[in-house]
Parts: sequence; structure tokens; C-alpha cells
Amino acid sequence: MEASGMRSLNCPVCDGKVDVPEDALEGELFECGSCGAQLEYYLEGERPKLKMAEEVAEDWGE
Amino acid sequence: MKIGIAYDVVRDEERQIVEAIRKRGHELVPFYVPSMVVKVNDSSQEKLDRLDFAFERCVSFYRALSSAALLEGKGIEVVNGYEVIRDCGDKLVTTIRLSSRGVPVPKTFVAFSRQKVIEAARELGYPVVVKPIFGSWGRMMARALSEDDLLDIVDFRESMPSPYFRVHYLQEFVNKPGRDIRSFYVWGEVPVAIYRYSTRWKTNTALGGKAEPAELSEELLDLTIKAAEAIGGGILGVDLLESSDGRVYVSEVNAVIEFRNTVRVSGIDLAGIMVDKTIEQIRR
Repeated sequence: MEASGMRSLNCPVCDGKVDVPEDALEGELFECGSCGAQLEYYLEGERPKLKMAEEVAEDWGE
Repeated sequence: MKIGIAYDVVRDEERQIVEAIRKRGHELVPFYVPSMVVKVNDSSQEKLDRLDFAFERCVSFYRALSSAALLEGKGIEVVNGYEVIRDCGDKLVTTIRLSSRGVPVPKTFVAFSRQKVIEAARELGYPVVVKPIFGSWGRMMARALSEDDLLDIVDFRESMPSPYFRVHYLQEFVNKPGRDIRSFYVWGEVPVAIYRYSTRWKTNTALGGKAEPAELSEELLDLTIKAAEAIGGGILGVDLLESSDGRVYVSEVNAVIEFRNTVRVSGIDLAGIMVDKTIEQIRR
């Protein structure tokens, strides 16, 4: 994806700052530089947020 | 063109497809399936209108199946569509489709009870491979070297909560040369293939199998195409097993392909090929 501006979001685990590109797609994964949590970018309404990434489920994969 | 992508996790593959769509100047319409609400009998959802087609890329089988059905229900061409995802997701159905079109598959028996599994395995001959009919990345696949092993495996399977574990799919063990082949089919062509090497009998790259570029013979290219045509999708991953007796079998066909390791070792822009060839196909 093309580089563009970044925005800073809060890690839901440690409240640290995580930089997320402005053109990130919902569902993109990021790692918190402070605590190492795997985080998923999503929109709550129009509001960009991060949540803990979904764990691999039984029906995942090819 | 206006191209949709239905997805749930953005892996390398989805990034590559998104980049290929954007680089070619097409409009990308992302459908993040976990956030979707599809109004089945309401035609006013504009985002779903006027799409030329959509790629189905959910890593979750049931999300892929459902979102493909929903998009198709709105009149959108989905690659791959519901029926292809369903048939590839169920190993039993895949085997039937392949076998009925004359594609060589390992000898396969299906039984529905402990006693009949044992009888079937005696006829098949050990070792046998027991596979879940729904499953991925080699999970819950087991090899029984003896009847004792098989009884343990069946006992585990019959205590699983999911009823599909009581459908026992048994297959002859194909003695591979430490590798299998993943061959990629894109609308009638085979742009790339890899060997997947492993010291284990399971060669899935998700389990640590090592990818290397493969040059396929005409015979294996034809086999890939024949297998893909038996299933009917536009973009498929066909798994080939080379047996020590010189025969080659098709073991699986995958409808939502993973290709990051293939791109890494081959340098082939598979996402770009998927986008270009699908556009060509849609314009026909």
C-alpha cells in the first residue's frame, strides 16, 4: 500500500502509542512497540481504533 | 473498474491484491466482513451496487462461504464463488468432484463408525491417512501406521464435539519424495508452482514446509488445469503428490489461496496476474 500520513492510536493493552497509516484497511494488524500486543485496526462508527487481534480459529486457512 | 475485496484479516496476500488493484488505477471497494451487515432482501445498499466483481479473501472458511453467498445474492460476481469455496472446503466433495472427472486422487474410503473404519483401513492397507472433511493447514490430519494407531485416532475423533469428526475420511498414504507441489491455476493458466519440502509427512508451509520454485512438466500443468476445471473456479491452488511408483495424485484444491511464500521464492507477481486475468475474464 502507498505510504501516506500516519496517525497515532492508543494500544488497548498498555495505552502506549501505535502509529497507523491513514490509509490502513480495517482488519490490518499492527504490533504495539511498547507491549508487543498484536492489534487489529477497526472503525467504531467513524472513529479509528485498535483492538486485540482475533485468535486463529478452527476454520482458518486453506 | 470497481473491484471489491471481501476479507477478514489483512495478510501479505490481501496487501498484494489491494496494491495490484490500486496500482492499475481501479477503484477498490473493501468489505471488512466482521463489520458487515448485509440486508438480504433490501436492494438499497449502494456500496454493493455497480461492482464489476469481488475477490473473496476471508481466511475463515465460514466467513468466506457466507460472504461469497451474500455478495452473489446481490448479483455480484465473486472470485471464487460460493459453490467453489464450498466444494474445496469439504475434502470429501473435492475428492468426488476430482474423481468423477477422471483426475487421479489417492485411494479414498469414507466410513461412519468405528468398526467400519477399521474394516475400511484393512482393505486400504496401512499406513492410512485420516483427514477431517473440513480442515486447513494440515490440522487434525493424522497418519495411522497400524490398527492400534487408527483406533486411538478414531477414539479421539469420536470424542470431538463437532459431528463432522464422525465422518471418517481415510486415504492411502502416498509415499512422497519429501515434498509435494502447490500449483496455482488462474483462469485456464498455471503461472507458477512451488515445491514444499519437509522432513515431516505433512508438507504445509503453515507447518514449516520450505518453499522452492518448481518447473512443472506439461503433464503436471495439464493435471493442474484438469483438476481446476473439475472444481470450476477461476483462481485455485492445486496440491499434487508425487508417488514413489511414478504416479501423481491431486490431494486438495484450495479456493482462497495463500501465496506469500510462492511470491517470495519465485518473484512472480501472482496478485497482479490474478487481478489482470480476472479483469480479462470479466470483460469477455
